Amino acid sequence: MSEPWEDEEEGAIKKFMFINRKAPYGTIYALESLEVVLISAAFDQDVSLVFSDDGVFQLKKDQDPESIGMKNFSRTYRALEGYDVEKLYVDKESMEERGLTEDDLLVDVEMLSKEELGNLMNEQDVVLSF
Amino acid sequence: MAMLHIVNKSAFGNATLNSCIKTATQGSSILLIEDAVYAAMGNTSMADIVKEAMNKASISVLGPDLAARGMDQSKVIEGISVIGYDGFVDIVAETDNVQSWL
Repeated sequence: MSEPWEDEEEGAIKKFMFINRKAPYGTIYALESLEVVLISAAFDQDVSLVFSDDGVFQLKKDQDPESIGMKNFSRTYRALEGYDVEKLYVDKESMEERGLTEDDLLVDVEMLSKEELGNLMNEQDVVLSF
Repeated sequence: MAMLHIVNKSAFGNATLNSCIKTATQGSSILLIEDAVYAAMGNTSMADIVKEAMNKASISVLGPDLAARGMDQSKVIEGISVIGYDGFVDIVAETDNVQSWL
């Protein structure tokens, strides 16, 4: 007898969007999101990541959380490419409010307006918020 | 009575720091920790509000929390002092009372 997951249509790929709106370290959201992103990628799904509001701080270069006793998970964002997670979008307005430019970020991203992000959101099968 | 206000929430999209600034009276201290440290940076949309608050309160920011988040200490608003955990203890000891804006 086949297992339930083997009955699934072969290669069913859904479009997953992860929306990250929290700063790292102050809450657990950023780290938890990253864990789920990696799981989705392991299932060969079409994954997009959005960083908006304080979520843009997750991608800030030079994070060094050892002095507050936490793990530096920011390096993981650089490894996402290796898991074929290459669609990283950042809200332009959120960056500007926080005095950040693309040079401040540790990965290559696409800067989008809120309207463009909204359109992208409409194309997804699944949207997960963190 | 000298009061210490401790803020740990990001000032963007959260009214906590604004409430704290409006509440703090002349001569009080405000310490930014955890996600509140972003508000100490000189080039954000919050900078003018924070600079204005420095007219009545002395503002400091916790260095280890800046470093954790990759924020450059040299870009902190001029006049805000960057302190360590030892300085945190000193401020608490110097003030009569503490309000944590949780």
